[in-house]
Amino acid sequence: MDLNAKIPDGPIEGKWDRHRFEMKLVNPANKRKYNIIVVGTGLAGASAAASLAELGYNVDCFCFQDSPRRAHSIAAQGGINAAKNYQNDGDSIYRLFYDTVKGGDFRAREANVYRLAQISVNIIDQCVAQGVPFAREYGGLLSNRSFGGAQVSRTFYARGQTGQQLLLGAYQALERQIGAGKVKMYARHEMLDLVVIDGVARGIITRDLVTGETRGWVGDAVVLATGGYGNVFYLSTNAKGSNVTATYRAYKRGAGFGNPCFTQIHPTCIPVSGDYQSKLTLMSESLRNDGRVWVPKQKGDTRRPEQIPEDERDYYLERRYPSFGNLVPRDVASRAAKAVCDEGRGVGPSKMAVYLDFADAVRRLGQNVVADRYGNLFEMYERITGEDPYKTPMRIFPAVHYTMGGLWVDYNLMSTVPGLHVLGEANFSDHGANRLGASALMQGLADGYFIIPYTIGNYLAQAKLPKITVEHPEVQRCLAGVRAQTTRLLGIKGRTTVDEFHRELGLVMWDYCGMGRTAEGLKIALQKIPEIRARFWSDVAVPGANEELNPWLEKAGRVADFLEFGELMCLDALERNESCGGHFREEYQTPDGEALRDDANYSYAAVWEYTGEGSAPRLNKEPLEFKNVKLATRSYA
Amino acid sequence: MSKTMTLTLQIWRQRSANTPGSMQTYKLEGVNEHMSFLEMLDVLNAKLTKDGQDPVAFDHDCREGICGSCSMVIDGRPHGPRKGTTACQLHMRTYKDGDTITIEPWRAKAFPVIKDLVVDRSSFDRIVAAGGFVSVNTGVTVDANATPIGKKNADEAMDYAACIGCGACVAACPNAAAMLFTGAKVGHLVKLPQGQVERRGRVLRMVEQMDHEGFGACTNHRECSEACPKEISFDAIELLNREYMRAQVTND
Ligand SMILES: Cc1cc2nc3c(=O)[nH]c(=O)nc-3n(C[C@H](O)[C@H](O)[C@H](O)COP(=O)(O)OP(=O)(O)OC[C@H]3O[C@@H](n4cnc5c(N)ncnc54)[C@H](O)[C@@H]3O)c2cc1C
Ligand code: SF4
Ligand code: FES
Repeated sequence: MDLNAKIPDGPIEGKWDRHRFEMKLVNPANKRKYNIIVVGTGLAGASAAASLAELGYNVDCFCFQDSPRRAHSIAAQGGINAAKNYQNDGDSIYRLFYDTVKGGDFRAREANVYRLAQISVNIIDQCVAQGVPFAREYGGLLSNRSFGGAQVSRTFYARGQTGQQLLLGAYQALERQIGAGKVKMYARHEMLDLVVIDGVARGIITRDLVTGETRGWVGDAVVLATGGYGNVFYLSTNAKGSNVTATYRAYKRGAGFGNPCFTQIHPTCIPVSGDYQSKLTLMSESLRNDGRVWVPKQKGDTRRPEQIPEDERDYYLERRYPSFGNLVPRDVASRAAKAVCDEGRGVGPSKMAVYLDFADAVRRLGQNVVADRYGNLFEMYERITGEDPYKTPMRIFPAVHYTMGGLWVDYNLMSTVPGLHVLGEANFSDHGANRLGASALMQGLADGYFIIPYTIGNYLAQAKLPKITVEHPEVQRCLAGVRAQTTRLLGIKGRTTVDEFHRELGLVMWDYCGMGRTAEGLKIALQKIPEIRARFWSDVAVPGANEELNPWLEKAGRVADFLEFGELMCLDALERNESCGGHFREEYQTPDGEALRDDANYSYAAVWEYTGEGSAPRLNKEPLEFKNVKLATRSYA
Repeated sequence: MSKTMTLTLQIWRQRSANTPGSMQTYKLEGVNEHMSFLEMLDVLNAKLTKDGQDPVAFDHDCREGICGSCSMVIDGRPHGPRKGTTACQLHMRTYKDGDTITIEPWRAKAFPVIKDLVVDRSSFDRIVAAGGFVSVNTGVTVDANATPIGKKNADEAMDYAACIGCGACVAACPNAAAMLFTGAKVGHLVKLPQGQVERRGRVLRMVEQMDHEGFGACTNHRECSEACPKEISFDAIELLNREYMRAQVTND
């Protein structure tokens, strides 16, 4: 597998400029002769499709929801980072670059991260011009807030709905191009295969989710912006439809999968309340500014929180991390919560939760001030749990939130399959082993608005692309494969529902490939997953038919892929004998329980190559070099 | 201990756009009070699947009230009884043991049923495509802070922009009008300096598309903003009317 990242020469500050100058251009009049397939309409996909169409390319764009506006990006709450330094607090492109590389625990590619920080400022300009209603100060200028992992205030936001507003901006730009006839939008279409002809990505296979029609599409380049795979854990903060299908099927057609085991677990989510639970809801990490995290000192304490006296409470974050207290980074807070629950000191009906208590804050600041800061979050919590956080502490627990892993891409965002470009959360990204808050939105829009419009031109100007049609035998072969899988799924007529299998897989992933991982546990998972998969293929119950709207058939296909992909994640986690960012191998920790990196042996991106069914995937490595940031250990005690 | 209940569900079942539908009755036991409304439907669907029956199709994705996918009329009210709450944010503790709940799809000419509770809302996308945007291409070089925007206008723009495009306003309206949805987008953009240049053409084209899609006319029932899970104010409709009148008499 060729893992040449194609990083331009020269000093890091000038690489992108130089590359833009050196890249080949497609003549404006020729752009309309090219057809580009864009899968996904989240921040990455919608911004890419709109920008490519504005340049003159013809775009076919796909999403599985009923409207492009409903992509999962819509749910992002907190904000988007940019190195504008509007607050005059010492921010700079270099500082954003540095924070991101360090936050990612030194497992990202420097040149890409630097470019991301450079572009961040353009994103805000672009979004404001589109009419994105960012929060403003009384003087009319843009407002900023602080986020974890940074000492400057560089996060732009639109109330608690930043993702919604950014996505609507991109969606409106996309609809404008749809209206102009430059983008053909196919909503309620799911991509089920990638078509590779003579080693080059030339098309996709989709299923029309309303009629069941399976169809081939051909184009001159394919762009995947299909989001993350957190739902491999069944329970996560992701939307229900988020999946790995598009990227996994591309992997099976030759695209290398980068760092699949790098997942982010967010510490403050509403805990699981029962086995009917279908998803988890994030509570903003800003709550940790005023809330105090605690559990009872005594194991199995069943008293109500208000009955537990002060000296019988363990404010374990304040105890273990006196200097950062309740504001330690996400991965540290998550692991600490798990540790106290594992000791049997968890609270609530499931015992898998800790308290986040605002009693002190209410006493200190008054209920009004607390309501002003967190009112909407308290309301959201009340709606879900039926409890009033002004009166009784919130119960929170960590939940799967984001996946840093994804298809490997070079500096041009092209995967190991020529012509296949991957953007947003779907690629293995600029976030290394841990993503900082408010950086995913930034990356999705950087990829879609400001990188792919250039790099795809460079590709097209040089590629030799013979004319093909959907009659091409390879398209037909892929079509037949997809149809055969559908027929097979519908023909099993077993007794176990798709969700039951998904939950079972999710539990295995959570227990063995979640917040804490061990070689022993991962080996158990690697035995269990194929066993679940075998049962799935002999006993899954998929009701209904192909020729109709059939959400269970859709879901069955996605779970089938998760059942293979989960194994790849465990393999990757087992192979990486170190702890870094969200990847915590319990064997590799400092005496105080912090992650222990092994830079001498693991300073690389792990890129997995599919070698055929039943055959072990091959590991390739892209070495990471740090020339501009000094490798250092993170400490919060 | 959490309470459980037994419910009678009356649900609209319709195999496809071209087949007639009808209300069907299901009895569901063991519904936990902490379940969300959609989780209750998941439980029903698992049971139907195991019994070899066809489960109930409904749209959903985020399950936290922001994507606008979920769309069902619960006991005659779009998104159900709780104000400012989408169906996916509704929890079963709102109900009690022995209750009967009716569940139906959005009903409007411009939202044809696809199956069961799933409808086609692509007409909303076409209204946006007609003019619900600012015509700027990627590559703007004006600094984001070059044009200050008063906090009041910015906040009002955000109030309108909070619309999730769910269609409850249409489902609630006796005339199936899309005025609240369209007014919210027009209102968002008209409150901002960036939206001024295309102000006139935007409202004309969006209203024309709205009529073309077969949405009805507003006769001031105000049911729309009552049903809106994001509590978009009825002012959006007054604003839309004003903007439309203005556009007809000006030619800027
Ligand atoms: C609750 C929550 C809050 C968050 N808050 C923040 C925040 O404050 N700041 C921040 O920076 N990040 C945040 N994130 C992360 C961020 O929202 C996501 O990483 C980002 O939006 C992903 O965007 P995307 O464009 O890559 O993919 P998505 O928005 O997930 O879009 C994926 C698209 O691909 C389509 N698709 C997927 N598979 C297929 C297929 N097989 N066929 C056809 N179409 C397909 C979907 O229809 C969709 O259009 C948050 C995440 C969550 C879960
Ligand atoms: S105005 Fe309200 S009810 Fe209508 S689509 Fe928007 S959010 Fe839904
Ligand atoms: S499922 Fe997203 S708003 Fe209800």
